[in-house]
Parts: sequence; structure tokens; C-alpha cells
Amino acid sequence: MPEYTWPEAGKRTFIGKRISRVDGPLKSSGRAKYTYDIVRPGMLYGKVLRSPYAHARVVSIDTSAAEKMPGVKAVHVVQGPGKEVFWAGDDVVAVAAVDECTAEDAVRAIKVEYERLPHLVVDAQEPKSGTDSRGPLSKTDLLALIDTDASDNQVIQQIQNRGISFQATPELLGQWREQHIKEEILQALQKAEVKTSSETSDSSWYKVTGKQTQGDAEKGFQEAEIVSEGTYGQPVITHCCLETHGGIAEWTDDKNILAHFSTQNVPGLAEQLGRALGMPAANIHVHQDHVGGGFGSKLGLDRWGVAAAQLSKKAGGKPVKIMLERDSELKVAGCRPSAYARVKIGAKKDGTLVAWESYSWGSGGVGGGGSPPLPYVLNIPHQVKQHTAVVNNIGPARAWRAPNHPQACLITMSALDDLAAKLNINPLELYRKNIALAKPREKIYLEEFQVADELMGWSSRWHPRGDKTPGPVKRGLGLSLHTWGGRGHNSQCDLTIFPDGSVEIKIGTQDIGTGTRTAILMVAADTLGIPMEGIKLLIGDNSYPPDGASGGSSTIGGVSSSTFRAAVDARDQLFATVAPALNAQPADLEAVGGSVRVAKDTSRSLSWREACSKLGPHAVTVRGKNPGEGELTNSGVGGVQMADVSVDVETGVVKINKMVCVQDCGLVVNPKTAESQCLGALIMGVSYALYEEKVMDQATGIMLNPHMDSYRLAGLGDVGELVVHMMTGPGYDERGVIGLGEPPTVSPGAAISNAVANAIGVRVPMLPLTPDRVLEALENAAGGRA
Amino acid sequence: MRAFEYASPKQKQQVVELLGKHWGDAEVLAGGTDLLALMKDDIVRPKRLINIIDLKELHGTTFDAKAGLRIGALVTLTELSEDPLASKHCPMLAAAASDAASPQVRNMATIGGNMCQRPRCWYFRNGLGLLAKDSEGKSLVLQGDNRYHAILGNDGPAYFVGPSTVAPALIAYGARIRLFGPKGPRELPLEKFFVIPKAEGEREHDLQPNEIVTEIVVPPPAANVRAAHYEVRQKEAFDWPYVTASVVLQQEGDKVHSARVVMSHVAPIPWLSEEASQALVGKAVTEATADAAGAAAVKNAKSLGRNKQKIKMAHVAVKRAILRAAKGEQA
Amino acid sequence: MSDREQEGSAGVSRREFLKISGIAAASMPLIAGPAVLKVAGEDVAIHGPDKTPITLNVNGKNYSAQIEPRVTLLDALRQDFEITGPKRVCDRGACGACTVLMDSKAVYSCSVLAIEAQDKPIVTVEGLMQGEQLHPVQAAFVENDAQQCGFCTPGFVVATKAFLDKHPHPTPEQVHRGLGGNFCRCETYDGIRKVVSQLGKA
Repeated sequence: MPEYTWPEAGKRTFIGKRISRVDGPLKSSGRAKYTYDIVRPGMLYGKVLRSPYAHARVVSIDTSAAEKMPGVKAVHVVQGPGKEVFWAGDDVVAVAAVDECTAEDAVRAIKVEYERLPHLVVDAQEPKSGTDSRGPLSKTDLLALIDTDASDNQVIQQIQNRGISFQATPELLGQWREQHIKEEILQALQKAEVKTSSETSDSSWYKVTGKQTQGDAEKGFQEAEIVSEGTYGQPVITHCCLETHGGIAEWTDDKNILAHFSTQNVPGLAEQLGRALGMPAANIHVHQDHVGGGFGSKLGLDRWGVAAAQLSKKAGGKPVKIMLERDSELKVAGCRPSAYARVKIGAKKDGTLVAWESYSWGSGGVGGGGSPPLPYVLNIPHQVKQHTAVVNNIGPARAWRAPNHPQACLITMSALDDLAAKLNINPLELYRKNIALAKPREKIYLEEFQVADELMGWSSRWHPRGDKTPGPVKRGLGLSLHTWGGRGHNSQCDLTIFPDGSVEIKIGTQDIGTGTRTAILMVAADTLGIPMEGIKLLIGDNSYPPDGASGGSSTIGGVSSSTFRAAVDARDQLFATVAPALNAQPADLEAVGGSVRVAKDTSRSLSWREACSKLGPHAVTVRGKNPGEGELTNSGVGGVQMADVSVDVETGVVKINKMVCVQDCGLVVNPKTAESQCLGALIMGVSYALYEEKVMDQATGIMLNPHMDSYRLAGLGDVGELVVHMMTGPGYDERGVIGLGEPPTVSPGAAISNAVANAIGVRVPMLPLTPDRVLEALENAAGGRA
Repeated sequence: MRAFEYASPKQKQQVVELLGKHWGDAEVLAGGTDLLALMKDDIVRPKRLINIIDLKELHGTTFDAKAGLRIGALVTLTELSEDPLASKHCPMLAAAASDAASPQVRNMATIGGNMCQRPRCWYFRNGLGLLAKDSEGKSLVLQGDNRYHAILGNDGPAYFVGPSTVAPALIAYGARIRLFGPKGPRELPLEKFFVIPKAEGEREHDLQPNEIVTEIVVPPPAANVRAAHYEVRQKEAFDWPYVTASVVLQQEGDKVHSARVVMSHVAPIPWLSEEASQALVGKAVTEATADAAGAAAVKNAKSLGRNKQKIKMAHVAVKRAILRAAKGEQA
Repeated sequence: MSDREQEGSAGVSRREFLKISGIAAASMPLIAGPAVLKVAGEDVAIHGPDKTPITLNVNGKNYSAQIEPRVTLLDALRQDFEITGPKRVCDRGACGACTVLMDSKAVYSCSVLAIEAQDKPIVTVEGLMQGEQLHPVQAAFVENDAQQCGFCTPGFVVATKAFLDKHPHPTPEQVHRGLGGNFCRCETYDGIRKVVSQLGKA
């Protein structure tokens, strides 16, 4: 059996070196073609008429005027009369026309009558009635739920918790089976309790989970010598991918579809689209070269994607391109759930944490959304907690870098920071004292604390809460820590060595900006001892060996592992062929610097090309698979971040002076792109900490800021000095490759909020930390003292 | 965007004739950085677009010791911010222009267009009307999220804020605006150009549908004039301010002889604060007098609910602009 | 809002258009192309609302097509001429991804009509290349890893080029405001600041 272990530090040619991303020149010269850029022959442009209401029933649709317009080639009703729409911006009718202007005119010519239904789109107030009074699911409720991004598990849970208001007859189940509703859901329906009297169907938007306990919270709080209380939270934010969601679908004949989609999930899209259209995934060819951002929002197929395929069919197979307009993108294609919590922490006077109590709530659209893992990182001995899902009409929740973690982190680390202030101790000391609660990563955190302390000058610069220096600008430091899994996903690749020495790798993955292409080439080149330019890499196509979706920080772990194993196996086959010519055993050979040679007598050597020519007429192709957690890839990382901010207490404006990110991710394949991930995460964190909020209007049910002038993002001058330190070397490298995309995005909100509290002496309870919120907090504190 | 027909005439008489008598017939394209966004959002639906960029006489700046600084309506914000005449005679104006929006916007946006740009109110921009009323005639702004809305001049029914950060600088300098219409030219003090609409369908400018802005004239500065502006703005990058204050002080010895204090983003129009001026006149500028003037500027301010803290921001912006001006910091 | 989404008036006939200011057209043109009206004693060409011939000079080459007046420069570049370096992201002049040089000035091509961009030289990110060689700004973006997904990159490259042309040795404050018209979502600002400081020192 070959040994699949990463080479030691001294034996790495590319792995661990700072390599510029290989597709950089394409991107910086504008030649990289994204889905949005693709123009297919005869392509039609699709546009979607969207619901203006957050909750309504479609009563009637008149598409006749649109259909008569010259240039309109297809009209497809996505949600017809009788259908209930659950958020403003939901798809109602799609049209395809010869150009965008015509498609837009056609959409405008469609008449839809709606019956408005009650909606809820706000969530900042703590829910008052804490009972699960939502009634059993009706057929409509259930189908609506399935239509959203709710996971199968969420649907099943709702069926189990709420029961159903109809009989799940075999006929009905058969009918739904034909509509490709998952078998697990149908089974849950068969077992579900049927509650026929449903007088409460819409009486509550709040779904409370049972209290979760650990230890004895009551006793814990009795033992506590200090109790700190606070309310913390952050609103729904949106992904705002710069390349909007969408794609191009075309029927290449009456059985096959070619799909160009903007996706994080090239390997999984065919199955999703096939299920929606009732056709085999094998007949759907998916291709994507580059994707303009996803951040978790482009893992699934969307209604407009299905509509593009249906329009194409109606238009005789012509390619139909639907890319969302920016306002639709912000309204419907990305809602990171909000989370708010009322928290109580009990501790000993020396800072030893004893007890935690939290009542949290948050909205994730009609699906309910996830609940934040509280308390975060530190497993406080005694706990009681309860979460209320606000089931509302803001548009479907989507995964956003490290789902639920940034919210949990903000709530926990803010509460701990307030406790430290109440105890009048340095929060760094509070964390150090309680780090045993961060099992099994306590050692990592302690090492990271030390590095971060030095990079920020924390110990020398930290002051107790409230900067006492004169003048309106106050400066403060804040800190936070986080964790994430990041196990490499299932991944397969084919690596071919041709007799002329050329090498090709095919892998059905995607590069969402991570530097995936670069990492694959680095691993392969390192293993084969040839330059990266000597390898042709093909990705972004579902005809290549299947990789996983790029979500959950799983890509680099997955592809590096499958690539490495393929390269080792192919190299070993080459060694077996070449060994006689070098008068050696295959095990004695090494591939280094463009040659294949005897490791202990490097004078016995063949150039890579000569070696490959020994293969004769047949190329060597091997399949590499990531076997899962083990030597090559692993999961579970820790990270520590610190923020240095200045706050003008007269205007409320917060400025970032410096952010420090100390991050572990096992073996770092490419420090250059890894640091970029961390830098990007810090900046994204600054952006959601200071600026971002999906502002909803309860009266109209719409999003008020669906464009980029009003959905505010951090700019180049807003992010301060950024320092990233990757934990590498002994204790880290040998754990194998672990994903990095999510973890560094978790802490910035908490670190910045804590730094602001340290600067101004009071907690600003809600993100984003806008000037009005900062002034409000100061005013409330002053009023409290008066 | 809906279809329209397009013309780019060379004479202002032609422009006037090609424009319609009613709002909605036609719009003037003078840079387009705001107008095209409004058309894409279907807020403004002209059947005809008249590009006035070829009106040569509307370009460029001139200075005359008697008439002052004349700024053609088609001078871009970039040109204004780099204009030697503006920088010499009205440095605060050049600074205000250079702080607006982003370089790409400033390269296209014209000073005339800047005066005529529409409010950023998110109810208006979402197609709910300038006065944003629900089906029962109640204000959506009062019921909803008014964090950026007016704290002055907000007795209703208009609660939006004027978007221009350059207009207050011009008003502080005492600028006048010249318009051209079917009856020929007319001129008015710039502060009179901005009006608070009382009914849906009215605009927030005293411009007729068939008139255009031709130029803005800033009177020659008096001796001992000091000016500065201050923005409470969260981002360094392209962002809209919460409030701004522009101040022009005329000193007499160490006392303020006269003062013009103008705020933006606080009211449906640029807000010329008589109260702030009166609080300063006859006094030396100190931290205390500047603060008192800031307090006077917001004496009549009232919160709509979510925008309460803007009152404090406006107070501070006025104070800081006055202190900057007195110290001779022009920016 | 509802009335907007439900309203049925999709198009307006040419007749209505030409009537609006009370000026009657002498004759209705049968082919796309400008109608000429006598206004204030002089001829004025009225284009549209249908397609009208438009020629753009992009990266040193002329491109012609029949395009409606309502089409933006960005959409004409991307859809009519398949010059897809400039990206459509916000489409409201707020994010910078569509930045091109027009008359050597950085502008948002989503906020300019194609018809008004005629006779003005346009340079897109593709046009900065010198043959197969990357422009120094483009090369510096690669070297400093100032790109991740890369969707903001073309606009940022053009904006950076225009900025450095104007401020060869910028201060940090100038950089913060001068590149404040472009937004990135993978957040590559640190790399872009390194690009500017590398090239700004030279």
C-alpha cells in the first residue's frame, strides 16, 4: 500500500509556498468568462415578474398582452392562480424574449391580481408569547415549505412538531411522489398526527423549541458570585454576491439540457434540476468556469433556474438566460438569519464561569432558520437555553459563511466581555482562565492568544472599559474566538500522465475564489516533481469525476486529498514502469525537479519526459478519492481575533484602526491565498459589524434597501490595517488540510462590538454599529446614570 | 427601463421646445448618474430624453470681480473640485464637490444635475411615491423606518431629505441659480429653488417641466470670509452622509459679522439656519459659541422616531464646521 | 408599487412619442434611424424609441449595431459587442464593477447611455492589455492577490489605473476616497492597497 502522507516541510516544492493564483491573469484582464458573460448562439433573455407582496395568494394572471408582443418567445407561469407566495419578490411569471428590453417590456405587460394575506417581516423585538401556537400544516403550508430552501430535515421536523391538517392518503402520496417530493418527507407524512381542527393556522409567527439544559442552571446561578445580563443581536443580512444568481439553460435535443449556472455546486446541480423537471440527472450537462461569489447562497437550485429550463423548452430549446437583477438578488437570493438573545451569565469573583441562561430568537423566513449554538466555544457547566424561530416573510434563509456561528459568537462573546467588564478584569484573562471549557482546542487557543496579544499589543495597550483620554474620539480593543469543522468533502479526480510527459487532471469541482485551481495544481506538481505549468487542469463540469459542493469550507481539504492520492498512484505506476531502466526498485525512486531518479543515487536519473516515454503508447489514468477524515484532511479549527477601533462619541462614527486574525487550518496548502481568505473574512466582518442590514418595512412587507447604494458594504478605506497570522508548523501541519473559508468570518462582529464597548464604556447591543445606534447606547447609558 | 426617444440639440431654445409641458413627458439628461437609475427603477418614465451636453454655453467657469464666480450647469463635480477659480474664490465649494459620491460619479455628474437630483428616500426609490403614503393616506415614513429622514421642515406630508451635499455649500456662499424656459431666462437665490412639496406629483424644485438650469453664480466673496463644511458620514467609501453642515463666516476683527449656516440631509430642502446665524453674529468663535450655534441649528428639530440621533449629529456637524471655518481649515 | 407591477402599458407608439411636445413630424421614417425635426429654426435628430444605428469606439476599434436609445453603454458592450470585462453588478452607479474609461476618465458604464457614448473613446479592462502582456496594474493585481472570485476585478483594475494616472504618488487618504467608488464582496481591499502602494512608489 502506498503511503498517503503529506511531505515533510523540507521536502515540499510548492505546498506551503506563496504561489500566485493561476487564474489571476485571466481575471485581472477581464478575459475570465463568468456565467453572466456567456452569450450562447440564439440566446433569449429571461425576466421574471415577481410578487410585490410579502404574503399573498395569486388570484389571476393575464399574460395575453405579453405573449402577443413581437420578440417574446415564451411565457411560463411559475406560480399560478391559487398559489400562495410567501415573500416579496417571489417568482410568479417568467418570460423569454430576443433581448432584455423586450423581456422587460413583456414582464410589465403581464397583469396579476393578488389577494393580500397577513405578513410579518420584522424580528428585532423579543417575541412575547412563547408558545408554539402555530397549527397543523395544511397542504398549502407543506408545499410552500418544500418550495423554499427549507432542508428536508426542517420539513420533517415541522411535520412532526405541528402535525398535518389533511389525510395523507395513498393517492395523495402517490401524486406527490410523482412531483418528486422526497421519500423521507412522504414517510413522515404517513406517520404524522392528523389534527383536523385548525383554528390557529396563522395566529402565531413564533415557533419555540423546548428548553435545553445542561447541569443545573438554577444551582449554577446560586453558586455564582457575579451575574451579568444583556441583550445582543444582529439583523438579517444578505449575501450580495457580485455576480447575481442565475444561469442559462438550453435543450440541446428533446432529451438533454446544457446548463451554465452561477453555482457553488457544479457536481450537484444536475440532480437538483433533474428532480425539478422530472428528468434524469444524467441528461443534464452542467458547466461553469468562474463564479462571481456565493458565500453559501449558491448551493441549491432556484425557481428561476427551473424557469429558464422550462422557457427554453417552450422556445424550442433555444438557450434562455436568466440572471437576477440586483434588487431581486438582495430581496430573495440571500438572507442570513438574524439572531438576538437575552443572556444571563453567572461567574465566580475570580472569573470562573458557572452558569449560562439564554432566550434567543431570530428569523430565517418561512423555513424557520437555524438556532445559534449557545454558549459558543466555551461549554459553561450549567446551562439553560431556549430558542424561538420567527417564521416570517422575508424570503428564504440561505447558508452564509459559517451558518449560525457569527450570530452565536456575537451573543456569547459580547456577554462574556460584559461580564469581564463587570468583574473589572481583562477579557483575555477571563478567556485564559476558562479555556478548559473550550475542549478539545484549549491548547490551540492559548497559543493563538499569545500570538494575537503580540500582534495587537493587547497586554500593553488594553485599558478597562471607557477610554478616559480627553476629546470626542475614544479608542478601544476587543477580542473574540471561534471554531469551525471544515472537513474535506467527498472528492474524486482523474489524473492522466501521457507518454509525452504532459499531465491532465479532471475534477468536477469549482473555484469560488478560494484558489482551488491553484491548490490542485500545487499538490499535483509537488507530488510529480514537475512545474505547475506542465499540468492541464479541467474543472467546473459535471462530466468530470464528482467533487462536492463548495460549502462549509470543504473544498481545499477535499480536492487536495483526492489530487494527492491520484498523483501518488499515477507516479507510482510510472515508477513501476521506469524502475528497470534505472536499474532500481520502484520504491527507490523519487520524482523531483522535473526528473525521475534514484533517491539514494541521483546520478541515475531520467528527465520527466524520458521517464514518461517509457509508458509506451498508453497513457496512465488513475482515479483519486478523498477517503474522508484521516492523514490528509481533518476537521476542527480554532481562531482568535482582535479589533482596535476609534469611536467619535459626538457623531457615533466607528472607525477600524486595526484587525488581527490568528487562525489555524491544519496544513496550509497556499499561504498566499489562505491569507487572502482571512483578509477577506476580516473585511466581510467589518462590513456586517458596521454597515449591513436587510431593512424590512412592516407596512408594505418589502425590503427598503435592495440596491447597493443603500445596502451598504465596507469600502477599501473603511477596514483599517489588517494583520493575518496562520498557525503552521509542528502541532498544526500534521493534522492535514482543513477548510478555511468560514472560520475567520465568525469573530469580527464580536471583536469589533467588544472594542467599541471598551472604547466608549457602554455596550451597543445590536449590529450593525451605525452612528445612530452608538449615540443611542450612549444616551441610554447617560440617562441610566442620571 | 422603458423606451424613450432621444435628442441631443445644440441650442437651449431647442431644448425648451423639445421638453414637455408636464412632468413625465420628457426629462433632461445632464450627466445621468441619478436619472438613469430612476428610470431603471421605473420611478421616472420620460417619453423623451433631451441630452443637453452639447449646449456649449453651459460649460466652464468664469470669474469676474463684480459678478463673481459663474459655474455653467454642465460643469462636472470633478471639474468643479479641481477648478482653479472655484478653489481660489470658493474653496469650501470645491471641497464639498470633491467629497460627493465617488470619482466615477463626479466625472459624469454635473452641478446642474446635482441641484435637480431626486431624494434618496427609500420609500420613494421603491416606487411608493415622494410622499410615500399608504392606501389610507397615512405616511409610510412615519409608520416605518425613518432612520435617514428629516428632522427639520418635517411637519409633513414630505419627510424625505434633500440629497445634495453641494447645494448647501453654494447656498452658504449666497449663490443664485439661473434657469431658462419658454419665457426666457430667470434667476433666483438658490435657497428659493428648493421647495417642500405639499402634494404627490409636485417636485422638490422650483423648476418647470420645460425649463433647464443654465448656470449658478456665486457672488464675489467679501473680505475676511472663512468657510468650511463637515459631514457626518460613516464610510470613507461612496456613502450618503447622515447630515452635513456648510458654514460661511464673515469676520470683523475677532467677531463674526455675518454667518450663513446650511445643513443638508436634515430636511426636504437644504436647510438655511437663521437660528444658527443669529447665535454667532457679534460673537467670537469659541468651542462654546460654536456649540451654542449647533444647538440653535437644531432648536426646532423633531424626531420622527428612528431618526432621533440625527438631531445630535446635526448639532455636532454645525459646531465642527464653524470651528473648522474659524481655524481656517477649508475642507 | 403594486400599480407599477400590475400596470399593463408596455409600449408607446412612435406617433405618441413625436407628439409629446406638440411638434408634428414631417414624415414617419419607415426604417430605424433618426427622424429629423425642425426646432427653433434648426434640424434636430430624434432617435428611437426603436433601434437606431450606434457606433462605439472601444479599445481602439469601431463597433456598430442597431441599438435602442434606452440601452446603457454597459449593456451595449456586453450584449451587442460581447466585450464582457465590464461587469453588471449594481446597475445603478454604486459599485464600480462596470468602470470603463471614457475620454480617459473613469465612469460607470451602467450610468451612461450607449447613444451618448458615441464619438468618445472607450477603454475597458481588456483594452489595458498590451498585446498578450498584462498592464502593470493588472500584473500587480495578480502578484498581490488582489482578487478572489474576480468579479469586481475588471472595474477595480480600470479604476485603479485611472486613479494612479491622476495621483502617481497618493497618500492613504487619497487612496481611501479615490478608490471608494468600487466595492468587492470577497473583500480583496488589502491586496488592492498593496497594488497601489507598490505602483505608487515607482
